[in-house]
Amino acid sequence: MPESSRMPKQLTIISGKGGTGKTTFTAAFAQLTENKVMADCDVDAADLHLVLAPEIQKTAPFYGSRTPVVDLERCTRCGICTQVCRFDAIHGGVLNLFACDHCALCMHACPENIITMEESHSGDWFISNTRFGPMVHARLGIAEENSGKLVTVVRKEALNLAKEQGAEWVIIDGPPGIGCPVTAALTGVTRVLIITEPTLSGIHDMERVLSLTTHFNIPAQVCVNKYDIHPDNTRRIESYCRQKGIEIVGKIPFDRGVIEAMVSGKTVMEADVPGVAPAVRQVWERVIGDW
Amino acid sequence: MDTPITITIASGKGGTGKTLVATSLVLSLPEGVQYLDCDVEAPNAHIFLQPQWEEELKTGLVVPRVEAAVCTACGECNRVCEFKAIVVIVDKVLVFDELCHGCGACSYICPSDAITEIEKAIGIIRKGRARNGIRFLQGLLNIGEPMATPIIRRLKKEAATNARITLRDAPPGTSCPVIESVEGSDFTILVTEPTPFGLNDLKLAVGMGRELHVPMGVIINRADAGDDRVHRYCGKEGLPILLEIPLKREIAQGYADGQTLIDILPEYRDRFQGVFARIQEEVRHAGK
Ligand code: SF4
Ligand code: SF4
Repeated sequence: MPESSRMPKQLTIISGKGGTGKTTFTAAFAQLTENKVMADCDVDAADLHLVLAPEIQKTAPFYGSRTPVVDLERCTRCGICTQVCRFDAIHGGVLNLFACDHCALCMHACPENIITMEESHSGDWFISNTRFGPMVHARLGIAEENSGKLVTVVRKEALNLAKEQGAEWVIIDGPPGIGCPVTAALTGVTRVLIITEPTLSGIHDMERVLSLTTHFNIPAQVCVNKYDIHPDNTRRIESYCRQKGIEIVGKIPFDRGVIEAMVSGKTVMEADVPGVAPAVRQVWERVIGDW
Repeated sequence: MDTPITITIASGKGGTGKTLVATSLVLSLPEGVQYLDCDVEAPNAHIFLQPQWEEELKTGLVVPRVEAAVCTACGECNRVCEFKAIVVIVDKVLVFDELCHGCGACSYICPSDAITEIEKAIGIIRKGRARNGIRFLQGLLNIGEPMATPIIRRLKKEAATNARITLRDAPPGTSCPVIESVEGSDFTILVTEPTPFGLNDLKLAVGMGRELHVPMGVIINRADAGDDRVHRYCGKEGLPILLEIPLKREIAQGYADGQTLIDILPEYRDRFQGVFARIQEEVRHAGK
């Protein structure tokens, strides 16, 4: 067997627009897929743990970027750091952490050599057990940057774990948007499932996410959540996808039971939400089940 | 009259109705408010406010280009770049534009002056007039570009300084692009929903707002759809609840069509005016 066929397959679930039900799906997929490792790559607003209730087995620190530290006692207030910094982040040796890009130019430019760059502990990542198997997740410190880098760490750890355990799939809950963390959650995956909703905003953001997967040449499938709140918009999504040759793997009805399941920490499968649970199972079958 | 005010509308969790709130609020205010759509990865406010675009400009980063004839392959640029965006392999210098932050460290350090910088477009800024005379600015990240923050920074620079009221529609989450959007505003509205996800992400957003020392208030969307955990949390943390919006099919459908709350249920105009008055009061209070 060639090496690559033993590699675990990776599925990323994203949506472009937040709140379309991405995490609800990921949690249901966690339950339905037998041999897998879960990865919560929405590190900015990680929610998957609220449904999967992980028991943490291992915690490791995440160092996102280095931050300048100025020895103010020796600072002559020459103003060179202020001059060179392109992010308007340092004034007479005093740093505005939220503006700082962590580029270290001030350190290199300081004629007194009193600026050092220090590693900052900007979050943690975890390996956990859940009732559906192993999960890798993370917590980014408050107002920390570099979520893209943390996504990469979570994915790498999940993939290693999957290889170790001979798991067939890594299932990744991706972040919203199309920027750095999303790119990090998408590169090199086997396929992408895009969860959208039949609102003009949902359609707009789905189109942007589809351009991104096309840009990176990653096979994508679309699922329309709450399709019955606006049948016309659902038809627009269907015809758009048909035109672009994108497969629609399912349509899920709206049901308040989905929110109730979330409130009680259950997947939609566990809560057996009428209409929703069977539809999600069908989507799963088309995405993963008969791979 | 009152001093100029900048309000950012944010939400830890995506899809809680942040843009619905922001666009409804702006339509409840007097004419001529400035609206910045800072959700440059997935901007949606234009769907609700229908701006006529008047101007479009490219925005970008400056990235290094190395003159091979002058370069001695000393490796200094490679050494100083914090982002591994410029790499020297044997006698060649490779620049990875997608990793570059445009910080200028490499050109600053290069002892042979072999590095010049070129402007690389990563997105666009659009300006126009929307419904109700709104001065509307939108940032849009190009597909495949990773860095949203420089576009938001530029969007803030392009904003008119003489506007009496500016609303910023922030991206979801709590990371760099959100911080850039919230930075420098007088007040932040956090839109959430009364579910475990909503509460979890609200807590993260509140943590971020506190770090940035910006006064905050909460709007609860789909207020009757979950439980009372968000209410309890707000009570405990002393966060004012500015407004509650129920889960209603007519709202969901109107929103799906690109309508604001003011279009769907006109009585919300008064409520949002109330929200604005309350915010003015909170800001005045925080200023003391
Ligand atoms: S590290 Fe870079 S961005 Fe931060 S203060 Fe120094 S020069 Fe400015
Ligand atoms: S400009 Fe800064 S980030 Fe870009 S290559 Fe040079 S040192 Fe690296």
